[in-house]
Amino acid sequence: MTGRQTATPADRHGTGAGGRDALRPARLATADVLRLGAVGLRARRARVVLSALGIAIGIATMVAVVGLSTSSRADLMARLDRLGTNLLTAEAGKDAMGQDVKLPKSAVAMVERIGPVRHATATGQVDARIRRSDVVPEEQPAGVTTQAARPDLLTALNTGVAQGVWLDAARERLPVTVLGSVAAERLGITAPGETIMMNHEHVVVIGILKPVELVPNLDRVALVGFPAAEKYLGFDGHPTTIFERSSDASVEDVRAVLARSVSPGNEGSVKVSRPSDALAAKAATDKGLTTLMLGLGAVALLVGGVGVANTMVISVLERRQEIGLRRALGATKRAVWLQFLTESLLLSVLGGAAGALLGAAATFAFARIQGWIAVVPLWALGGSLAATLVMGVVAGLYPAVRAARLHPTVVLNAN
Amino acid sequence: MRMIELRDATKSYPGDVHALRGVDLQVDEGELVAIVGPSGSGKSTLLNLIGTLDRPTSGTVRVAGYDVSALSDSRLSALRARHIGFVFQHFHLAAGRSAVDNVADGLLYAGVPLGQRRARARTALEHVRLGHRLEHRPGELSGGEKQRVAIARALVGQPSLLLADEPTGALDTASGKIVMELIQELGATGTTVCVITHDNDIAASLPRSVRFRDGSVVYDSLVGQVAS
Repeated sequence: MTGRQTATPADRHGTGAGGRDALRPARLATADVLRLGAVGLRARRARVVLSALGIAIGIATMVAVVGLSTSSRADLMARLDRLGTNLLTAEAGKDAMGQDVKLPKSAVAMVERIGPVRHATATGQVDARIRRSDVVPEEQPAGVTTQAARPDLLTALNTGVAQGVWLDAARERLPVTVLGSVAAERLGITAPGETIMMNHEHVVVIGILKPVELVPNLDRVALVGFPAAEKYLGFDGHPTTIFERSSDASVEDVRAVLARSVSPGNEGSVKVSRPSDALAAKAATDKGLTTLMLGLGAVALLVGGVGVANTMVISVLERRQEIGLRRALGATKRAVWLQFLTESLLLSVLGGAAGALLGAAATFAFARIQGWIAVVPLWALGGSLAATLVMGVVAGLYPAVRAARLHPTVVLNAN
Repeated sequence: MRMIELRDATKSYPGDVHALRGVDLQVDEGELVAIVGPSGSGKSTLLNLIGTLDRPTSGTVRVAGYDVSALSDSRLSALRARHIGFVFQHFHLAAGRSAVDNVADGLLYAGVPLGQRRARARTALEHVRLGHRLEHRPGELSGGEKQRVAIARALVGQPSLLLADEPTGALDTASGKIVMELIQELGATGTTVCVITHDNDIAASLPRSVRFRDGSVVYDSLVGQVAS
């Protein structure tokens, strides 16, 4: 109150009716606008938390979906990188008459003669029934097939044994076998050293393979050496699948000539494929699911936005007196409008920030369980911030305009 | 200097409701005036007009030298922010905020920075003898104390015109007395004060009283009986 006498009536009204600039409304400082919005939210905590939760769920879903799909794709890329994309397989199919085509025994040598090919090897289908032991009747096969393999197969596939040893120049002639991971499981074998029955031969399991990511078929077979298969199991020695690796740049060139090289004259019945394509295709199918989940997240966000709008509309209805009081204290329409828009924005961004944290945490937790490296792209975080800002404006615009349109006399009439 | 000047001011609402029927009223700077009348007499409508919360349907309303009808909504807001302080029957304090913060809001729309707002709010609270209640929230204050916080909020901007709408209407006699003393002290500082009330005792305690009935002035202690 001190000093109020210093403003004499003459001073105060010197710029009176004539000096219009004396009545230019003061602009609220940004900090004051933010403080006003925060005060409005602090007064209604439970409602604020609940309506921010709606936004948070939407943003968390979207961030987690993007984070997980990015992490899984990054993991897949790392796997492909490790496994190599330069492996091609050529498989014997059936001819026009429906007869199985046999690849020539010289197929591997012929493939090796293709310029860019660095390494070629083969497996051959062996017609042998496998049983766990000779007390199991022959009519109950174990669901495991037999294939002959050359000792350099694992080098070509870039994999190895999980337990025991692999076939070498000596072992490929003996009645021993290396089981695929699934085959070992089906036969109930947990460690090398046990004996199984192939046709009527006792065969010793000397190794169990790691899962073969590029060629999962090999997980379900029992592998024996070519010479042993011919000697003990009546195998004809013809390969059925050729595996070949070339330089990355020449994969397509090799692919073009591979069928003809493997089986001249029968190239139509040879199926050439690139195993890494199957993995890449898996990433593509995941993409469809990701899009669907993103859509669900967007719907959740939208519902959250409706929740914010609803909260704000109710807030305006309840606070008619406060709005009237602020108008009486000298708030312009714009100041009221700004206050409510800021509240809506803060509410929305609060939910968005919580959601982004939650989504990132979910990504890290899930990636950890899967053994992936967690990747949450910055654009997803930036995008969710932008989305919540837009949501806050859209949800707050109508309530803010309604608040600003309230007549200043409500401060008296609302009693 | 005229602080309030109404010339044949009318206010009508849709449905043929005439809240004010051609009111002429002059209040000079520094006057203390009671506006008295039963409910429905038009005194609240008059408060809306001289508080520049509303514009007349016809006639002229000048406040602090400004013609209210000629000003835009935002200039009217600035006029209220700089020249007019309000005190309401039901206080209208923000429940969750301290007395200082409530009073400081009285300067928010005049463009005063936060630090100054708080400092001036403390001074204003001390002036209404609430220096010991600075950080209390409205819930922790008595009715009379709440109204004194509201008076501090109205005065913190050093308005030239203070409008009080039934300021003692929600208070017991003792609290009401303190509030009226505070309001009368203001008269001594040169602030123009209008107290709207239906209480004849309060009206009698102020130097001038203007009596309303059915939207017209029927008696003004300054000029005596007014012909209607």
